[in-house]
Amino acid sequence: MSFINYSSREINCKIVYYGPGLCGKTTNLQYIYNKTNPEAKGKMISLATETERTLFFDFLPLSLGEIRGFKTRFHLYTVPGQVFYDASRKLILKGVDGVVYVGDSQMERMEANIESLDNLRSNLHEQGYDLDKLPYVVQYNKRDLPNAIQMSELEAELNPTKVPSFEAVAPKGIGVFDTLKAVAKLVLTELRKGG
Amino acid sequence: MIQQLVMYEEELQQINHICENLHRDSNAKAVLVIDKNGQAIAQAGDTQQLDVTSLSSLTAGNVAATGGIAQLLAEREFSGQFHEGERTNVHISIVGARVILVVLFDDRSSLGLVRLRVKRASAELTVVLDVMVKKSALGVGQPSVFSEITDDDIDNLFND
Repeated sequence: MSFINYSSREINCKIVYYGPGLCGKTTNLQYIYNKTNPEAKGKMISLATETERTLFFDFLPLSLGEIRGFKTRFHLYTVPGQVFYDASRKLILKGVDGVVYVGDSQMERMEANIESLDNLRSNLHEQGYDLDKLPYVVQYNKRDLPNAIQMSELEAELNPTKVPSFEAVAPKGIGVFDTLKAVAKLVLTELRKGG
Repeated sequence: MIQQLVMYEEELQQINHICENLHRDSNAKAVLVIDKNGQAIAQAGDTQQLDVTSLSSLTAGNVAATGGIAQLLAEREFSGQFHEGERTNVHISIVGARVILVVLFDDRSSLGLVRLRVKRASAELTVVLDVMVKKSALGVGQPSVFSEITDDDIDNLFND
């Protein structure tokens, strides 16, 4: 649920990065954090286990500049990818304005990808959302790995509705900002329809 | 269509006023009003030293997790939480099922006083929130600024 503050002239939107465990959701946020001007970002918070697995969520507030005199702020969240944290994932989806699904390109993670995508759809449904009606983009991460599956196969399995999709190597930043920009654009476009 | 919560000047002033009164009457260090999705709405008191954005997100996460526990225990919700620190205590309550009221206080105040004052402030906030939600739903007074946003406006945001 976007939050529009006419008093302080701010638009606040929530974007959630979703995907299977170890697909690189946190790495996306870390790269964005490292490459963003200090004045445009807040502190990045990671609620993680001692082994740096996301326990609850990562959070990164970003300011993207002004649009018609309104400051646009995006709150980026990741969910914990591990299957047993499903209750936490549901909570984080509450109030979502846009979703980035991060898939893992490796052959052996295909099943986990599909399971996570199904989980995204059903958890959204539980909250009263329909993935097909939300601003939504797909990112195929780890494109640099030797066991990465062909794009056509990933698209067929993970992007049947043909939403915008991006190839990425998150630690190097490849595709990271393209993904973010695409989802942010869709969210703002949706806001225009709604406003 | 994305659901929107819209804040107008009038309601924000009222909420700020309620926060300031609560801050004063409860001898608190700071008072925050946060929406359940983690967006800071209003604040009063000594908030200069605080990372309000992070606090808001974490508090909302905390409240969401506690709400999840409540559901598992077949409770509707746990309406309040209290965290006791060495120097700062935190009182967290849900108001009107919509926003989170956070009071940070130290030994100049007490949990009893904070609870008492929060109760009154919650009732006042509920009234304002009801109006706000109705206005958001109706789109009252919503200028056409968003419908006039062009693709260029959106593209310009990303020209860095």
